[in-house]
Amino acid sequence: MKDRALEALDAALRTGVTTFADVRLVESKDRSLSTKNGRAGNAASSEDLGLGIRVIAEGCWGFAATSDLSKAGIEAAAKLAIEIARSGALAKHGDVALAPEDAHTATWTSACEIDPFAVPVEAQFMHLLDIDRELRRHKGVTMAEGSMQFSRSRQIYVSSIGSVIDQTRTVSGVGYAAHSFKDDEIQKRSFPTSFGGQYQQRGYELIRELDLLMHAPRIAEEAVALHSAEQCPEGIYDLILESSQLGLQIHESIGHPIELDRVLGSEANYAGMSFLTLDQLNTLKYGSDIVNVVCDATETHGPGLGTFAFDDEGVPAQCVDIIRDGQFRGYMTSRETASAIGQTRSNGTMRATSWDRLPLIRMTNVSLLPGKQSLEEVFDVNDGIFMETNKSWSIDDKRYNFQFGCEIAWEIKNGKRGRMFKNPTYSGISTEFWNACDAIAGPEHWVLWGIPNCGKGQPEQVMGTGHGASPSRFRKIRVGGGYR
Amino acid sequence: MSENYFEAAVQAAAKLGIQDVEVHYRAGSEALTRFANNAIHQNVSETSQSLSVRLLIGQKSARATTNRLDADGIARCVAEAAALTRSMADDEELMPLADPAPITPVDRYDPETALCSPETRARGVAAAIREAGSLTAAGIYSTEDLTEAVFNTKGIRAMHRETMARFSITTMAGDSSGWAKASSVRCGDLDPAALAATAARKARLSANPREIPAGAYTVILEPAAVLDFIGQIMPGFSATAIADQRSFLTERLHTKLFDERIQITDDVFHPLQSGAPFDGEGLPRQVLALARNGMPQAIAYSRAAARKAGAVPTGHGHELPNDTGEAPENIVIHGGSATLDEMIASTPNGILVSRLWYIREVDPYETIMTGMTRDGTFLIEDGRVTAGLRNFRFNQSVIEALSNVEMLGEAVRTSGEEMFDMVVPAMKIHGFGFTEVTRF
Repeated sequence: MKDRALEALDAALRTGVTTFADVRLVESKDRSLSTKNGRAGNAASSEDLGLGIRVIAEGCWGFAATSDLSKAGIEAAAKLAIEIARSGALAKHGDVALAPEDAHTATWTSACEIDPFAVPVEAQFMHLLDIDRELRRHKGVTMAEGSMQFSRSRQIYVSSIGSVIDQTRTVSGVGYAAHSFKDDEIQKRSFPTSFGGQYQQRGYELIRELDLLMHAPRIAEEAVALHSAEQCPEGIYDLILESSQLGLQIHESIGHPIELDRVLGSEANYAGMSFLTLDQLNTLKYGSDIVNVVCDATETHGPGLGTFAFDDEGVPAQCVDIIRDGQFRGYMTSRETASAIGQTRSNGTMRATSWDRLPLIRMTNVSLLPGKQSLEEVFDVNDGIFMETNKSWSIDDKRYNFQFGCEIAWEIKNGKRGRMFKNPTYSGISTEFWNACDAIAGPEHWVLWGIPNCGKGQPEQVMGTGHGASPSRFRKIRVGGGYR
Repeated sequence: MSENYFEAAVQAAAKLGIQDVEVHYRAGSEALTRFANNAIHQNVSETSQSLSVRLLIGQKSARATTNRLDADGIARCVAEAAALTRSMADDEELMPLADPAPITPVDRYDPETALCSPETRARGVAAAIREAGSLTAAGIYSTEDLTEAVFNTKGIRAMHRETMARFSITTMAGDSSGWAKASSVRCGDLDPAALAATAARKARLSANPREIPAGAYTVILEPAAVLDFIGQIMPGFSATAIADQRSFLTERLHTKLFDERIQITDDVFHPLQSGAPFDGEGLPRQVLALARNGMPQAIAYSRAAARKAGAVPTGHGHELPNDTGEAPENIVIHGGSATLDEMIASTPNGILVSRLWYIREVDPYETIMTGMTRDGTFLIEDGRVTAGLRNFRFNQSVIEALSNVEMLGEAVRTSGEEMFDMVVPAMKIHGFGFTEVTRF
C-alpha cells in the first residue's frame, strides 16, 4: 500500500508544477447488521480501496481520487488533480498558503480488545434478536429494530514534505429502539441513544459492556407508556439534559460554530457560516463560568470517533481549549485556515470520509468537561424538566437559534422525578443557553458519545464525531415550542 | 463490461455451489468545483466503480460489496457474500430472485455533460462571480456521469447511464443573502450567470432586514421551499412503512388529508425527472398516482411488501436486504396556473420564503417539521414585497399546510439541500406556523 501511495505522490510531483502534494490511500471494510420485528433486516459487508491525490499548482488546490490503482490509473488521477488545480486560476484571489508543519513518520492503531469481525455473525444476530424479542414482549410495541455496525480502515498518508503515516481505526456501533403506534400517535424509545445508538473507536467489547438486553424491558415499557403521558408543557423551565442529548447540543451549538473554514465562508453555500466571527475570539462570554469545552483528538480523551494520532493532512492530534471558564478561546483549524488568521500551526482537525473525498475541518472529540456537582445537586430544582434521548434537532445556518426534541421527559419537583411528559422540545440561542448552565455532574457520570452521521461539505461527507458530557442543568429555558 | 463482472460473479458463485446470484454494478465519475469568497477553493474529481453481490442459499440471503474488480476481488466478494449468507437464519418471507420484465428505457445521458472539463466549470463559476458584482459569492458547479446496472441469474439485465449537472450559488451582502440552484441532465441547460443574478437580486432586496413577531402567517413558498418541506413526507407513501406503523399514512390511506387541488404522482418518465427506470431488484418502475384531489390513494410496493399485502409490486423496492422496503423517488406535485407575481399581488399581509433549512421531523404522524428560513425571506404588504425579514424558525404540519393551500404555481424541476430533486410548484399557504425569530 505504501508503495502505491508513494507512486501517486511521485506522479503528482514529477511535472514540477506542483508546489505541494499529499496522498491518502485508504483500505476499509465494514459490516452492517440489523433486525426488525424478529427478522434479520440488513446483512451486508463491503470492502473498499482507493486513493486521493491533493495538490497545489499555480497557487490553487486540485484533488482527484480513483479506485483504479494500476500505474495508468494513478498517473491519470495525478494528471487530473493538476489540471483541476490549474483551472482554479480562472477564479482566484491569491495563492494558497499553509501553516508550517514538520514531517512525521508514524504507525498507529486504535485500541480494539475484541475484533468485531472475528465475532461470528450468528452471535451478533442472536444478540440483536434476543433484544428484539424482549422489546416485543411488551404489549403495545408495534415495531422493534436493532442494528450493529463495524468498520476498520487503514490509511497511508504521504506528503511532499516527507510525512509517511500509517493509521488503522476500528469502530463499533450498536443501538435499538421500540416503536409504538396508538391513537394517531407514534412514540419511540431508543437505547443507548437514538439514530443508531452508541459508537466508539473500539472493538466488540463496546457491545458487551453496554448491557443492551438488560435495558430492553424499560425501553419497551416507556415507549408504550408515552401514549398515556401528558403533553410536555410550554413555558420557561429549568432544564436538565442527560448526557447523550447534551452531546448533540454540544455538536450543534459549539462544534459546528468553531469550524474555522465555516467562519471564513468556505461552507456558506451549504452548511452556512458561524456567529463566531473572528472578533469574538478571546472576547465572547460563550458560557457560564463552569463551562469548559475542549476539542481533543488525543487518546487520553478516550476512544471517541474523533480520536487519532494524526489528522488527514499529517498534523499530530492535539487537545485545544475551545471554552475556558466560559470564555471563547479557540477554533478548530487546518493548515490553510490557521495561516489565514495568522496562527503558526494547525490544531489538527482535517479529516476526510475516505479516499474519495477532500479533507475538511471536522469535529474531533468536542467535549464538555465534567463539573463538580453530584447528580442529586444537578436535579435540585423546584420546578424543572428532565429530557432524555434525542428525537429531532435543527439549528440556523449561523448557529444561533436551535430547537431540539427528545423522546421522553419528566417533571422535576423539589429535586424529585415526577410525571412523565411526551413530545418534549426545547429551544434557544446558543450563547444564551450555555450562559444559563449552572450545574454539571462530575466525571463519574461523563460519557464519550459518538455521532456517526455528521454531514458537511460538497460533495457531502458523513463523518463520525465524539462528544463527552455529563448530565447538566440550564436555567430558564424555553420548553414546548415544537408543539404550538 | 459490467455484464462481464456479473458473469465473473456467477462463475465464482457456481464454484461454491450457489446458483442464485444478483449483482449491482455502479461506475462513473463525479467532479465538483466549489467556490467561496469569490474564488475557487475546493476542486475535486472522483472516478470509481463497485460491484455488489447478493446471494440466495435456500431461505437465506445477504450482500457483499467491493470496488476491487479484478478476478481475485470478485471471487473474494462472492466468498464473503456466501459466508455471510450461510450465517443467516432461515427467513420464511424471503422471496426468490425476481423474474425479468420489460423496462422502458429513458434517455438521460448527455455527452457534453459527461465530458465537461474543470476549465468549463471554472469559466461558469467565474461568470457567476462577475454577475454577483460587489456581493460575496459561494457555491458549486458539479457534473457527473454515472452508470448503474442490476443483473440476476433469472435473466434480469437492467442498465442505465445518466449525466447530471448542478449549479448552486449563495450571494451575501452585509446583513442579507440570496440563493439560487438548478440541476439538469444537460450542463447546457444551466446558466450560472442567470442563477447568480437571481441570488444577487434576493440578497440586495433583503438588505436591512426587519424583525416581525413570530406567529401564523400566509406564506408564499418558492419551489425550493416546497421541495424541502413538503417533500419530507414522501417516504411515507410506502407499503412497508405503513405495515410497520411508522408512516403518517397508517390508517389514513384513502382519507382526504389535503386541499382538493393537491395531486401527487411518482413518475420516473416525466421529462423533468431523473433516475433509472428500475428498482433495487431490477423491476420496472410504474407510474403511481400517489394522491388525487387531496386524497392519498396509492403507495409504493416492493415485491416482498406486495406479496404480504396481496398487491402488485410497483418497482420502487430498495436494494435487498433492507429494513425500509420501498419509497417513491420521482415525485411530481402537480402545479397550477398562478405566477409568483400573482401570488404576491393577492396577498395583503404575508411572507415570501425563498428556501428552508435544517428541516427535521418533530412529530412523525402529524408530520410536524421544524426548520429555518434562509437566504431571502421577505415581507409582503398590500400585494407588494416591501422589505427583507430576519429569519424565522417554523414548526408546521405538512398535512395542515397542504390543507391550507390557496394558490399553486407551475411545477418545475427543483433542487434543494434537504430532499432529492423533485418537480414541484410554488405554493401560497395560509396559517403557516413561525414560532421564533433568529438573530439575522
